[in-house]
Amino acid sequence: MSFDQNAFLIILTGSLIAISCGLLGVFMMLRKMSMTGDAISHAVLPGIVIGFFVAGSQRGIEVIIGAGLLGILATLIIDWLRQKARVQLDASIGITFTLLFAIGIILINMLANNVDLDQECVLYGEIAYIPIDLWITGSGAVLGPRITYLALLNFTLVAGFIYFFFKELTLTSFDESFGSVIGIPSKGINLALMSMVSYTTVSSFEAVGAILVVALLVVPPATAFLWTKNMMPLIKLTTVLGIAISILGYYLAYLFDSSIAGMMVSVAGVLFLLSALIKGRSRKSAGTSIANI
Amino acid sequence: MDNFIYFFTFQDLSILYVVIGIVLLGIGSAYVGTYSFLDKKALLGDAISHAVLPGICLGFILAGEKNPIYIVTGAFISGGIATFLTSWLKRNTKLSEDAIIASILSVFFGFGIVLLTMIQKGGNPEMAGLNHFIFGNAIAIVEKDLWVYGGLALVIILTLTIYQKEFNLLVFNPDYGKAIGYPMDRIRFGFNILMILSVVIGIQAIGVVLMAALLITPGAAARFWTNNLSKLLILSALFAVISGIAGTYISFIMPQMPTGPWVVVSLSLIALISILFAPKKGTISRFFSRNKYLKKTHKEHLLKALYKNQELHEPPLTIEKIYELYPYQIKEIKDSIDELFKNGLILKNQSIISLTDFGISEAKRVVRLHRLWETYLTEYMNIAPDHVHDSAEKLEHIITPELEAQLERRLNYPQLDPHQENIPRD
Repeated sequence: MSFDQNAFLIILTGSLIAISCGLLGVFMMLRKMSMTGDAISHAVLPGIVIGFFVAGSQRGIEVIIGAGLLGILATLIIDWLRQKARVQLDASIGITFTLLFAIGIILINMLANNVDLDQECVLYGEIAYIPIDLWITGSGAVLGPRITYLALLNFTLVAGFIYFFFKELTLTSFDESFGSVIGIPSKGINLALMSMVSYTTVSSFEAVGAILVVALLVVPPATAFLWTKNMMPLIKLTTVLGIAISILGYYLAYLFDSSIAGMMVSVAGVLFLLSALIKGRSRKSAGTSIANI
Repeated sequence: MDNFIYFFTFQDLSILYVVIGIVLLGIGSAYVGTYSFLDKKALLGDAISHAVLPGICLGFILAGEKNPIYIVTGAFISGGIATFLTSWLKRNTKLSEDAIIASILSVFFGFGIVLLTMIQKGGNPEMAGLNHFIFGNAIAIVEKDLWVYGGLALVIILTLTIYQKEFNLLVFNPDYGKAIGYPMDRIRFGFNILMILSVVIGIQAIGVVLMAALLITPGAAARFWTNNLSKLLILSALFAVISGIAGTYISFIMPQMPTGPWVVVSLSLIALISILFAPKKGTISRFFSRNKYLKKTHKEHLLKALYKNQELHEPPLTIEKIYELYPYQIKEIKDSIDELFKNGLILKNQSIISLTDFGISEAKRVVRLHRLWETYLTEYMNIAPDHVHDSAEKLEHIITPELEAQLERRLNYPQLDPHQENIPRD
């Protein structure tokens, strides 16, 4: 097979996004906050729409700021519902993200004429258009695919964040109180992690769609967790899975002429279920039913 | 306004179908949702509602058109597989429940997107409305759909009503249910089927992404108003129906608007009102009752201090002395002094504070309750006299006159408390 530049670009971007999401997802999973990640990725939608509206056709920093604010707002609402209104956690998450997502969809419909954004884009993303969506400077010089640059920047920031705060992140994931005792601001670390998740969601959403970001946040770490319980192997395995998912996802989507992002998630799902079958605790009780959840 | 009248007088039979559909759907999903909320399984509903997407697409591919029976069956099967996988993974891996739910949810949804894009590229002209299943379009409900969705909703409502006792056991005390011989596994199985069905009936009107809200929010909102299960179910059904009709009406007058988001927004509005304004459990009323209680304790502590001072025949307390007693609560104490003075419980002479007759009898009451409770704890609970003070310090603000009378009778009107202090009476 000859070198296909478009395929390479798409796979590269997909891998970068999958790795960024997966790395953050490891810590979300260890904190038992996978569903919060899900909630954030739904909840940033109104921020994205408002950002698009403010920025006009130019997709700029406003979108990222808007989404970041909404992501933080979502965590704050969940906390408020839980602590001040005493709603149980699962319901707090459910209420928050459905409301914010609904507002986002309504805004898209209301601003449909002013915003270059539609429901489908939110759902599927447009990773296939990466090679033709070029970053062109004011003077007309073509610098390359815009979303790939965004993904690269996102990956650098996420990797940097985890590298510099590795100790703090790990410690507060396992034992928040101990972290506080030895002087780590666990609330601040938590908020920083949530902000990184919101930022990553926004940065990735054009490529893979807002909902499928969740899959990349949750599934590779969960798959890796089935194979190892150690921190470093967990991170490495998540990274490898991210790359494998993009490569397989791209070629399968090519084969079936379907959504690349959707196919990436499906591949991730198959790997996850296979791992669960192989590493499942006791395969004796396989005769289960949906009776016991 | 014309629209309003046109809509709510049901001149158009198709609007009547839509409203009947929404009402049945609202009641059904609110019922199931309230149970799953009480069972703390609210997010499972979210997982199922995302997970039905591949089934919808497969149903469409098999039928070649939007046949409600094929689509409902497909949705039901994929929801069932997702539920089964969730339970299987939970038992056979060490992953936490939220990671499992989030994984299943996103993987199924991703696979659904793959199928959806394949359908769209396939160019079947019937596929135009398939997107409605994602965000919902209640207006598109026609008679044929109503029979399927409404019928299923009725099945859900009837099953829950008939087997109410079994499902109550499941939610509140499954171990007890097992002990008295109920087949709890089969009841759980039945409930999961109802849960999947309740998602399935909402896909046309509300859409798969937001269906979770119709399961979670009504119960959570109704929980603020009542502790009674029947009232809870009725109230949550009412909330769901109101917001369902509101959402449908909005997408009727603004046809480009999908129904689901508006239903969710009105539902959340009801929830917000409940959270803030519900009597007793609402945040605002809780804030005020907490403040009132804090003020009451401050005042009663102050009265007690003044009374004890008198009891020990020490020189009268000055304001400065009182501030010294409570160095961290100066503002609260100042407010309490002002209020006690206004109500005629204390006298201010220069900076000396003393109790009025009314104040003395009020202070006696607090001290009496404190010492009665201490006596009760030592005599009936066998707690050492040096361990009873803290509990009495809290209970003295809470004990009602009825309880006081009972304590008096039970303890046979004691004269002294465990610390040999006089129990004051008027």
